[in-house]
Amino acid sequence: MNSATLSSANRAESPLASAFRQALPIILGYVPVGFAYGVLAQKSGLSGFNTMLMSVLVFAGSAQLIAVGLFAAAANPLAIVATTFVVNLRHLLMSAALAPFLRAWGKTRLALFAYQLTDETFALHANRFAKDETGAAETFGINVIAQSAWVGGTALGLAASTLITDIRPIGLDYALPAMFIALLLGQLKSRLHLAVSLAAGLLSTGLMLAGLGQSHVLAATIIAATIGLGAHAWTSRRSS
Amino acid sequence: MDQQTILLTILGMMAVTYIPRALPVLALARRTLPDAVIRWLGFIPVAVLSAMLVPSLVAPEKFLDFSLRNIFLWAAVPTFLVCWKTRSFVGAVVTGMACVALGRLLLGGA
Repeated sequence: MNSATLSSANRAESPLASAFRQALPIILGYVPVGFAYGVLAQKSGLSGFNTMLMSVLVFAGSAQLIAVGLFAAAANPLAIVATTFVVNLRHLLMSAALAPFLRAWGKTRLALFAYQLTDETFALHANRFAKDETGAAETFGINVIAQSAWVGGTALGLAASTLITDIRPIGLDYALPAMFIALLLGQLKSRLHLAVSLAAGLLSTGLMLAGLGQSHVLAATIIAATIGLGAHAWTSRRSS
Repeated sequence: MDQQTILLTILGMMAVTYIPRALPVLALARRTLPDAVIRWLGFIPVAVLSAMLVPSLVAPEKFLDFSLRNIFLWAAVPTFLVCWKTRSFVGAVVTGMACVALGRLLLGGA
């Protein structure tokens, strides 16, 4: 079954059903990770209320997991906020990359959309928007379903935190990497895109191993996209 | 740390997370951008996806691991092939998860 062709071919499907089908890998990924966050937050001394509040207000998986580690280590609150900023700064580029597709949207709608922009919803929307699928019902459906899975997973983790020792159900922790593989494949439109992708992967890995804390994704993305732009300018000058 | 301080920290986290998510899309959606910027932004999805994915496959424990015990790396091969051949998104995700589950079973719960 191909979700990409189905959503454009099967017009009878409701936006919500289509949103649910497309968001399914995100649900499979978010529930166990949200669960892990709920358990860890509880063990790190956050109240149940604050644990849930972070999933509702911040909604950023890796940043929340890092933050509970810092809370457990009694880190300076300002250091926690600063770390969150650096970890989540990559969303700046994702937000910019989606902007050209959303010309028809009003400010309020854009502001609401940005609230639920995560790595996973971005990856899905980047593929959808490139195929002209910018319907608001389906877009917000995906976002709300994704955050519900995240908040629901958090609640389950909170409820089970006294019972649970092993937080990795078999294979479920691969839902998001597998989804990234599929979405990346859908984005490889040209040889140059493939080259940029390889450069970004190598740079990101290299920078991470070199100890560039949390900013290796951001740095690798900027450098690789710039290399792509330079390579495009160079090849088009040669061919003209 | 008391819950009041934690709550204020969470509000700070919310602000620094939301602003980078909202500013670009709000500032750029209505604007006509130069061709070079559009082209640069067009490379961002592949670049950022790859930058997040590749380290999680080749170095899931934060060191390079090309051994057979690195299930995340080897599960990527059938996941990639299924997605490539069938163009199926859900099929790729199910394949990946099944391979990781099978790999852990064979390696004795690694």
